[in-house]
Amino acid sequence: MVQPLGYLRESASQTAGPYVHIGCTPNFTGIHGVFETDLGSGPLVNDKTKGERITVRGRVIDGSGTPLRDALIEIWQADADGFYQSPSETRGTADPNFLGWARCPGDMATGEYVFETIKPGRVPFRDGRLMAPHITFWIVARGINIGLHTRMYFGDEAEANAEDPVLARIEHKVRVPTLIAEREGNTYTFDIYLQGENETVFFDM
Amino acid sequence: MRNTMPETGAFFPRDREMHPPAYAPWYKTTVLRSPQRALISLEGTKSEITGPVFGHNILNEFDNDLIVNYAKPGESPIGQRILVHGRVVDERGKGVAGALVEFWQANAGGRYRHKKETYLAALDPNFGGVGRTIADEDGYYWFKTIKPGPYPWPNGVNDWRPAHIHFSIFGHGFAQRLITQMYFEGDPLIWMCPIVKTIPDEEAIKQLIAPLDMNATIPMDMRAYKFDIVLRGRRSTLFENRKEGN
Repeated sequence: MVQPLGYLRESASQTAGPYVHIGCTPNFTGIHGVFETDLGSGPLVNDKTKGERITVRGRVIDGSGTPLRDALIEIWQADADGFYQSPSETRGTADPNFLGWARCPGDMATGEYVFETIKPGRVPFRDGRLMAPHITFWIVARGINIGLHTRMYFGDEAEANAEDPVLARIEHKVRVPTLIAEREGNTYTFDIYLQGENETVFFDM
Repeated sequence: MRNTMPETGAFFPRDREMHPPAYAPWYKTTVLRSPQRALISLEGTKSEITGPVFGHNILNEFDNDLIVNYAKPGESPIGQRILVHGRVVDERGKGVAGALVEFWQANAGGRYRHKKETYLAALDPNFGGVGRTIADEDGYYWFKTIKPGPYPWPNGVNDWRPAHIHFSIFGHGFAQRLITQMYFEGDPLIWMCPIVKTIPDEEAIKQLIAPLDMNATIPMDMRAYKFDIVLRGRRSTLFENRKEGN
């Protein structure tokens, strides 16, 4: 016999369910007076935030082509210089006027989510090569047993995208465009397909 | 937060055979909402090993007291008064200091306060069903609430959710992000539930069942249930030979 390793096991995930909004965005669902505002709602920027203002919008779409109207979408991104507002950020100090995280429920009628944010700077990969600018997405909903992680890249960053070490790992190049949001004015549209022909690439992070 | 060097190691890989698979057709909604292609593996970069941290400035006094936070002055919700408490730790057993824990639930009759909920059990005018707290330096958290009731849902012809409380947890890195559900010791509905049974591992199911904790019970006031939450562990950076700036 040997000593037990003694590691605990991660708690198993369960679906967020159809009423995730009660806990994460209570004001959105009509529960007022408990929290003044819903955590992560509203723009990520204020007057002092550095960087180019952009709008990111889209829908989460199921295997029949129907947009989810009960999804909850969270984003996590670096500031304009590529620094994260996190204790694990050891390379420098992030913009004090940028949290980098936000949460948005899909619209109850159309399923659309919208984030008012800035375009992130480039962040180094594990070996020091620069990744292309990207926003990390985390999606939960009824019928999703464990939160789905993906990344949104920017359609007007073709050069950076071409040398991105993460995109380079995707064997089926035909799937890379599912992670790239096209730009129109200051708006990027990023539709997330859970299943089927245009299925978005999801990561085991 | 402790004034120690932040940890910057990559997280232990997730055991995807313990977590529920995306496709579990007995939970019908998963059928059209499950990716069919393999996940692309990505060992943690800065984008995954960092994550937002929330300060106590977001909290109000009664955010973790669901008995009080929606009730009219001098009134309280009807139901079994309980304390739910435990630790948020990682797979190494280390407390996750400063973890934000959000929770939501139905009332004592199994009715959720939500626009889309039409179950005929009555709303409780003094119960909202939402709360949050931030774990202390040791990862300890607690909240007071009413024990939720089971409720029926349109999956099979006669499916009932066990009494449960939903939990959303932020650790120190976005890759630790987790949403799960807590069940109550001794509830016979647990082992019938299609959502519980999406978890393929019996031990992992048991880990979501909170035992009655008489030692934490407040005599003549409320009983207690203990629920520990385990997030992914992380590697020590002592042994990682990487360029600065990873």
